Amino acid sequence: MKQQDITSGRVQKAPENFLSKDGIKTVFAEARGGRRDFIRSAFAAVAAGAAAPLAMAQGNPVPPEGGDPFILELPEHAKGLGLGVATDGYGKPSKFESNVQRRQSPGLTQTTQASVSFAPLQSLFGIVTPSGLHFERHHQGWWDIDPSKHRFMVNGMVKAAKVFTMDEIMRLPSVSRFHFIECGANTAAEWGNVAVPTVQYTHGMISCSEFTGVPLITLLELAGADLKNGKFVLAEGGEGSSMTRTIPMSLILSGEVIVAYGQNGEMLRPENGYPLRLVVPGVQGVSWVKYLRRVEVGDKPYATKDEAIHYIDLQPDGMHRQYTNLQECKSVVTTPSGGQVLLDKGFYNITGLAWSGKGKIRKVDVSVDGGRNWRPARLETPVMSKALSRFNIDWVWDGKPALIQSRATDDTGFVQPTYKQLRAVRGTRSIYHNNAIQSWLVQENGEIKNVQLS
Amino acid sequence: MSSCRKVLLTLTLMAVAGLAGAQGSAKYPGVGRDATPKEVAAWDIDVRPDFKGLPAGSGTVAKGQDVWEAKCAQCHGIFGESNEVFNPLIGGTSADDIKTGRVAKLKDPEGGRTTFMKVATLSTVWDYINRAMPWTAPKSLTTDEVYSVTAFLLNLAGVVPDNFTLSNKNMGEVQARMPNRNGMQTRHDMWPGNEFGGTKKPDTANVACMKNCSTEPTVASFLPDFARDAHGNLLEQNRTVGPQRGADTSKPEGKAGSPGAATAAPMVVAQATTDAKTTGAKPDAAATDGKAALALANKNGCMVCHGLGNKIVGPALTDIAKKYPGKADYLAGKIKSGGSGLWGPIPMPPQTLSDADARTIAAWLASGAAK
Repeated sequence: MKQQDITSGRVQKAPENFLSKDGIKTVFAEARGGRRDFIRSAFAAVAAGAAAPLAMAQGNPVPPEGGDPFILELPEHAKGLGLGVATDGYGKPSKFESNVQRRQSPGLTQTTQASVSFAPLQSLFGIVTPSGLHFERHHQGWWDIDPSKHRFMVNGMVKAAKVFTMDEIMRLPSVSRFHFIECGANTAAEWGNVAVPTVQYTHGMISCSEFTGVPLITLLELAGADLKNGKFVLAEGGEGSSMTRTIPMSLILSGEVIVAYGQNGEMLRPENGYPLRLVVPGVQGVSWVKYLRRVEVGDKPYATKDEAIHYIDLQPDGMHRQYTNLQECKSVVTTPSGGQVLLDKGFYNITGLAWSGKGKIRKVDVSVDGGRNWRPARLETPVMSKALSRFNIDWVWDGKPALIQSRATDDTGFVQPTYKQLRAVRGTRSIYHNNAIQSWLVQENGEIKNVQLS
Repeated sequence: MSSCRKVLLTLTLMAVAGLAGAQGSAKYPGVGRDATPKEVAAWDIDVRPDFKGLPAGSGTVAKGQDVWEAKCAQCHGIFGESNEVFNPLIGGTSADDIKTGRVAKLKDPEGGRTTFMKVATLSTVWDYINRAMPWTAPKSLTTDEVYSVTAFLLNLAGVVPDNFTLSNKNMGEVQARMPNRNGMQTRHDMWPGNEFGGTKKPDTANVACMKNCSTEPTVASFLPDFARDAHGNLLEQNRTVGPQRGADTSKPEGKAGSPGAATAAPMVVAQATTDAKTTGAKPDAAATDGKAALALANKNGCMVCHGLGNKIVGPALTDIAKKYPGKADYLAGKIKSGGSGLWGPIPMPPQTLSDADARTIAAWLASGAAK
């Protein structure tokens, strides 16, 4: 209704009807601001009151006034008009979620362009990583590439080298699949001893998304690739580092390797390779070449920088293991986890993630006594091959120290190793492929520490 | 453009280029076309361990030293030894390693690892320098410069003599002298296929014991107290609602027996901080300038060598600001011309950014380099 339509009559208009649109916004903003101040002080009082009598594990005690002010006094959002549609054309998380960020590990790298940021696993639910929180690994900085200028080439042992535009790749039959991507160096800092405080830094170089794209085999067939003698495929990125990795043809023939443009319903994020990246399920993230510009079919491996200088695993005898691509079965409890504090004794849901580069997770066991006794956790569905699986298990904390661990078994029957077992064969200088069982110590004060046992 | 005209144009183009049969395939007509030899040559730059893909050319150790000092030393050090920006390239190899093809120092549990201690294949070094170096201007070296720089590094590692000329003709002979050429093995189960003749058997064999398992739950390793806040305040790295909060690592640890006491109040503070961020005062003009200048410094690669508050290869930007207050013109000139000797032995090469960018960054530095 327009303002001039309601100039007659005796009913007093509400004040906001005299204000411009911007004025209304200001009033609303101020009202909300004032309300927040009130909530803050009220909450501080509740917290101060609760700090003294901790006798019983009651997380939400009745205040002396006989009721919770958040119930008794209706909040503004229950008594006013909320915001309209499309306030934000691409919605963002609540402002109360601003602590949930991907982060660098201080001192790990000298540059931000050849570096990593870790996904905040301690704050995530389910198995899908929000695209904006996906861990990052750049080798020479990231770019936002114009998709209309991006090309993809297939050459090498093919009948005819081919080029494709993004338009053409997106015309081809597509598949959508959930897969985890884990950096080969995830948990690298912990090979010798505890080095970082939280699950974000110990395990945060893993993420899981639904990827959409074209099976690489389709594009190889279009070029008439020699699938028999071409046992290796070189994947190459289009950015400064022109990242290269050798991909096994056997995996491509299985149809699992995807040339992907979609991630969680939208296009890939620039930090994750927009507009095109390789998806190599079960294989470490470095092979999931971003800004993918070319694949070359060959009969020999390529020993690229990241398979001959880095991403090689030093063994105790001074030899390096080369071409260690698969991510073995692994799991971690994400909450409660290092750097967190339990607010009180009583019931908790222990939850975490499990995955295997060789297939599906068969089961996850959880111990709260440092591995002496184990209970099977509930595996949430769906449980998918080479994707994250979420597990949950009930736990009542009695206030005494506890050592929480999880141990995954995949459908090949392989059981995640202890640190002792892993170090017995690989030593402590391997850097890559640390899939040992993680331990979190819950102390009597509720604070949880990253620890290793012996 | 009408679809009729588009079809006509496509037909014409195909006829001109003689590519009529190369468009798409029987199964997916209209998708993809043949790459031209020129296109393949532009992108197919990889070099394999058997030197397939290696272009003809050559370079001397002496020429390599010139290129090195102009374009590489600022990050890698004059002798490839620096670990200030990247891991050291040179060091840790011996004449004996060149004989055996195994770097003995890799057995030393305390030792660090340089590139030449690890790399088994000479092609890897050549290919990577060619495709990705220098750091801020990848693919800008000529083929002969790549040979030269590779020769210089081989010389530093003691693999080739001072007067050596490396070329596509003698790469194979040099490969036979690589210090760690016999240092790689593929006897593992972590390659998905059979191509390397690995094993299908994992190297660990845990069993899923459920009751009274043999273990010794003794805590053997944990973070020392002084590292409590090394990763920042963990309180601010956890959600402010849910079964647990982040530990307030800006304070000493809470007392035993009072779970949550140390966190409940700070949680409210954290929320207040969040609110202040979203509803707080308008950013003032100076702060915005700082942000913009910092973004420019980042974009132009300054931050590769200069931290805002920390020395990397070059001095911290805040230290430069302290030394040259108000000297915007001087600093703008220095950025453009480069320099050496004022802050340390490693020279800063002349920078190719625009005059406007250089002036903005210089003005910001001269006014104190505030964030």
